[in-house]
Amino acid sequence: MAPAVTQQPAEDTLGSAAQAAVTLDHVSKSFGRAGHAGPVLEDISLTVAPGEFVCLLGASGCGKSTLLNLVADLDRPSSGTITVPGGRAALMFQEHALFPWLTAGRNIELALRLRGLGRAERRTEAERLLELVRLGGSHNKRVHELSGGMRQRVALARALAQDASVLLMDEPFAALDAITRDVLHEELTRIWSETGVSVLFVTHNVREAVRLAQRVVLLSSRPGRIAREWRIDLPQPRRIESAGVADLSVEITEQLRGEIRRHVQH
Amino acid sequence: MSSTETSTATATATATGSAAGTAADEQAAAAKAVTDTAADVAALGAGLDALDTHDVERTSISRILLTKVLPPLVAIVIVLLLWEGACLAHLKPSYLLPSPLAVWDSLYDQWLQGTILSTIWTSLSRGILGFLASVVIGTPIGLLVSRSKLVRAAIGPILSGLQSIPSVAWVPAAIIWFGLSNATIYAVVLLGAVPSIANGLVAGVDQVQPLYLRAGRTLGATGLRGIWFILLPAAMPGYVAGLKQGWAFAWRSLMAAELIASSPALGIGLGQALENAREMQDMPTVLATIILILLVGIGIELLCFAPIERRVLRSRGLLVARR
Repeated sequence: MAPAVTQQPAEDTLGSAAQAAVTLDHVSKSFGRAGHAGPVLEDISLTVAPGEFVCLLGASGCGKSTLLNLVADLDRPSSGTITVPGGRAALMFQEHALFPWLTAGRNIELALRLRGLGRAERRTEAERLLELVRLGGSHNKRVHELSGGMRQRVALARALAQDASVLLMDEPFAALDAITRDVLHEELTRIWSETGVSVLFVTHNVREAVRLAQRVVLLSSRPGRIAREWRIDLPQPRRIESAGVADLSVEITEQLRGEIRRHVQH
Repeated sequence: MSSTETSTATATATATGSAAGTAADEQAAAAKAVTDTAADVAALGAGLDALDTHDVERTSISRILLTKVLPPLVAIVIVLLLWEGACLAHLKPSYLLPSPLAVWDSLYDQWLQGTILSTIWTSLSRGILGFLASVVIGTPIGLLVSRSKLVRAAIGPILSGLQSIPSVAWVPAAIIWFGLSNATIYAVVLLGAVPSIANGLVAGVDQVQPLYLRAGRTLGATGLRGIWFILLPAAMPGYVAGLKQGWAFAWRSLMAAELIASSPALGIGLGQALENAREMQDMPTVLATIILILLVGIGIELLCFAPIERRVLRSRGLLVARR
């Protein structure tokens, strides 16, 4: 089999920190009184290059969501620094988090308004973003009138409306059925390559990570540390059921299970 | 249908087969898959959307008449018939239990004298003014209590406790403070309505999903913009329920105040009219006035609050499941 994968040691970062989309430098995070309940994240150093698609992979309790919250500036690290040169990062949640008192289009327009765009500009930009996620003509749809997949696409459009240089995604497709998730993987790959946005995507689904990412970062649990990284050179768009994705998924799953097994003794 | 299935199966077989081949083969197969999928994904997505969405149909007018309007009308007719029956059976002397027709005559007399509208308006204008003032005062209080832990700990229990005091209990105090004046009436109305409006907003804010606030913060809605764009609209269902209850309390308190604090200088509202009729032992007018108080309360509820509440709930898809 062709060497579609090159493994790198965890310390190796891509490009220099100066031009990175996101830089985490020795970031740790503990909740509550220091030392009371060990750190959730410990000494995480990670760089996402501009336009790069990185998947953070880990079992429950590895602090992947905590990590995204830190990058999204919803929480502060206990130590270390996080740099997002492009300003505020856009964040997409597992739940669509669309505001039910607004229509699909108005949800996007609110993001544009908070960015300071004028009324006419908002309208055309919202239409463009809805077209981008293939929901042109759904501007006046209410959130409850949309299917789960459509809601996540509107949520994606709203996140893109922030025009942030980096898009953080917190298991955004975990609640969807497999068929819809498949389609959204393809849409996300398309939109990522069209917009050139950097993506930091959190998931516990190994195949999803391999399907989407250029680089998969495996986090250990309690405390969350970077255990290992894989570069994935399979051409995009990949199919989740393809042999290349499957082979690598087996390898990564073995590592992930190894990480989980380490917790039996504790 | 079957031809599509076959072609997809072939494409998958090709891709799987080439995975074992050289890297160049794999690239080519992937490139083929790209053209396949790029064309397919849009159709696939659109198909899923079509399968997964369902239009919410609106109920027809005849159905609304049948299910919403007819039942209360029937109930009213039944009550009137029972009432008339009791009068015909002479259960009580007619000066204690006048017939529905006598009550109607009293209403009609007041209409002919031209006093009925001015009486209603005197009370209604006080009620509306008092209610609006309660909204202006109660909203910031509710916002403060819901957002600040310290303020909530300090006045939260008092605020919900105030709701359990019958507003009529404030009337003697208000009369001592303000004498027999409009200030007395408004003070009682405010003391009745402000706590329920504030509590309604607190309940509404408490029920806001934290996810919306986090989503708002990542979109840049912080501070006052967060309150205006996210918190208040998200809390709207609870707030509207609080406003509705606030109006009921305002109207109730107003009647209590008018009933007790009656003076010629204050003009005749429904409460004073009720008290005057009692002094005249005019039971038909007493009952007629009670009916007017009821009708105004129901009318405001149906004309103002019900449409707002329906709009708020329907736009969030919360009314569909209730049918």
